[in-house]
Amino acid sequence: MEANLPAIWAALIGVSVVLYVIMDGFDLGVGILFPFTRDERERDQMMNSVAPFWDGNETWLVLGGGGLWVAFPAAYAIIMPALYVPIIVMLLALIFRGVAFEFRWAAKPDHSLWDIAFAGGSAVAAFAQGVVLGGLLNGITVENGAFAGGPFDWFSPFAIACGLGLVAGYALLGATWLNMRVSGDLEVRARRWAKTLLLVVLGFVLIVSVWTPLQYERIAARWFTWPNILYLSPVPVLTALLAAAVWTTLEKERPFAPFAGSVGLFVLSFFGLAVSQFPYLVPDQLTVFDAAAAPESQMFLLVGTLALLPVILGYTIFVYWTFRGRVRPGEGYH
Amino acid sequence: MDLDPVLLARIQFAFTISFHIIFPAFTIGLSAWIATLLGLSLWKRDPFYRDLAGFWTKIFAVSFAMGVVSGIVLTYQFGTNWSRFSLAVGNVVGPLIGYEVLTAFFLEASFLGIMLFGRDRVSPGLHFASAVIVAIGTVISAFWILSANSWMQFPTGHEIRDGIAYPVDWMQVIFSPTFPWRFAHMVIAAYITTGFVVLAVGARWWLRGKHVREAETMLRMALGILVVLTPLQLVVGDFHGLNTLEHQPAKIAGLEAHWENHGGSVPLVAFAIPDETAETNRFELAIPYLGSLILTHDLYGQIPGLKEFPRENRPPVLPIFVSFRVMVGIGLLMILLAVIGSVRWARGRLFQPGVVMRVFAMTWPLGFVAVLAGWITTEMGRQPWVVTGFLRTADAMSPIGATQILVSLVLFVLVYAAIFVSGGYYINRLLEKGPVPRGPDHDPRPLRPMSAAHDAGRVALHAGE
Repeated sequence: MEANLPAIWAALIGVSVVLYVIMDGFDLGVGILFPFTRDERERDQMMNSVAPFWDGNETWLVLGGGGLWVAFPAAYAIIMPALYVPIIVMLLALIFRGVAFEFRWAAKPDHSLWDIAFAGGSAVAAFAQGVVLGGLLNGITVENGAFAGGPFDWFSPFAIACGLGLVAGYALLGATWLNMRVSGDLEVRARRWAKTLLLVVLGFVLIVSVWTPLQYERIAARWFTWPNILYLSPVPVLTALLAAAVWTTLEKERPFAPFAGSVGLFVLSFFGLAVSQFPYLVPDQLTVFDAAAAPESQMFLLVGTLALLPVILGYTIFVYWTFRGRVRPGEGYH
Repeated sequence: MDLDPVLLARIQFAFTISFHIIFPAFTIGLSAWIATLLGLSLWKRDPFYRDLAGFWTKIFAVSFAMGVVSGIVLTYQFGTNWSRFSLAVGNVVGPLIGYEVLTAFFLEASFLGIMLFGRDRVSPGLHFASAVIVAIGTVISAFWILSANSWMQFPTGHEIRDGIAYPVDWMQVIFSPTFPWRFAHMVIAAYITTGFVVLAVGARWWLRGKHVREAETMLRMALGILVVLTPLQLVVGDFHGLNTLEHQPAKIAGLEAHWENHGGSVPLVAFAIPDETAETNRFELAIPYLGSLILTHDLYGQIPGLKEFPRENRPPVLPIFVSFRVMVGIGLLMILLAVIGSVRWARGRLFQPGVVMRVFAMTWPLGFVAVLAGWITTEMGRQPWVVTGFLRTADAMSPIGATQILVSLVLFVLVYAAIFVSGGYYINRLLEKGPVPRGPDHDPRPLRPMSAAHDAGRVALHAGE
């Protein structure tokens, strides 16, 4: 059991990150799409469609960050200073868009600044998260178990591409969410946005999939050697099939399927990245086994996590169920 | 640039955490207050309480949002600015924060959605339950974060190998000796803080003759809880002080500006300007015996003086000497105010215009200032250690340059200032406007005029179902 703890924790943090990316992804995506309508009523609907959930969604980010600290303090202590700039930018952006949920209503009718804060904050937070991912994949300079690089080491065309890719990806989740959760003209336009975004996202997925094995022999070896290539070949095939399914269900104006399909695309992309990186937390430097916290610490929190996670998922589902269905115009406590 | 990165990182942490603590200090009490009102509305079957709860929920929502976003910053700041701290104590402090996320953050965040938006979607009973859960969640959150902080103040239940702390006994880690009093002190402080906000808003409305029934309810309920909690806080604070003397004597010596014992008893320094270089107090005004009496509950009790600690292990004296006096002074003022109000209430003279009511209307900042002063005292009083006896603050930093920290500090100050000014403005505007009755039970009438037509259509549709 003790020997497996780091792998179990890596899996748990992976699950938190995936849940975060999907759940905060759609509400950040709704923010990213804010500028594409100028109608106040439509913006109200968009915001109301995510307002009861955003705070819970963002908590997964705290669990992901906190979990990394608890389970892999050595990695946390390297990654955070190395990606200082994009992380601070992300936090500042999250502040703006988070308070905008309340301030925008409180400010009405003079809320245009908070529209900008909500849209801008969402887009910048998404971009910064992509840059964090790209910067991490690019590698970090480590000496004696500590970060030893400069403040802008993370900057690279690849990291910028990851940032843009994640903005598009979140916007896709947001658009398919709106397709499911709003009605009228906005719903129709959400489907149009989703189609365009699907193509953009596929473009970025392709770029990352080609770029990483070309740049890193380790990743190429993982994917293109026998028998891995056999086991892993379903990943790109499934991605293509899912993308096609999202497209056709959008054509057929299905409410749920496009969103589910987009979530599937995210899960597959994450799986692909995990396959490329495992067991590294800091590529080529630190594995989950090197970075692991004391087994007694990992164990202590694991017990609580395994007991509490089902409860958390239970009431999260309950909240989503409570607010199911399309947004009723004018709904809210404001 | 020749700036000290440690100093900058400390300023950044002090700034972001001071900004953050204002909101939990308010929302812990506010959620309990809202839950109480919703409970009353169920019990008395009076929509008056529900509407009042609805009003305070709006204030809560704005404050909670600011608390959430400023709290996320802190979780990440441990890593960005204090990576050596994260590494050295991650095994011990990390799981406590982990449990805070698992047992409190998710609970609060999820049921907050129902509390804010669920009034028409769930039954009144479930709505009330959600408010209770949020209120409990805020206290659970305080439990874990104060547990982590208390461990840093006086660590127990661990061992140190190669400069890294490892847990040995989790019960001793979680319930370290300074934790129970610190936890009680903070939770009571949060309830008192909210109590004075409710009292002040009630007085403000009452003086203007607006929302008079609401105002009188708020004044009575606030006074009722304050007259119990403010004296209780004095007692709890006293025990917290005794506890600190036992475990962190240098902090007590510092906040009392007590340099050395001269035999006999320890006086209480009421006023002075401590001079750390000369190791003495200037312009000292001291009250004989009182120091011994308060700190040891004995007229001749002795406490260690600052000179008994090596210079490099002493906290900065002046700031904690001042902040401690600010906190205690406000605490005593609060007791006075609560007692005056209660006496007037008992004599049936509470609801009269006059000085008392006008003073009440100005009391809303008291709790916030006291909470900040208290935290400054305990955190600066722990210096030069980040974890007492184990890790010095100067050794806890990330290997990053001063420029990055300076730039991010400036950004945090600008952003927080903008958020704080706007949030304060909106909260004040909501308070000015006051509660808007929502009409008969669960009438889903439009909340904003713009959506009236739309809603009418929906109601018509539903009628046809």
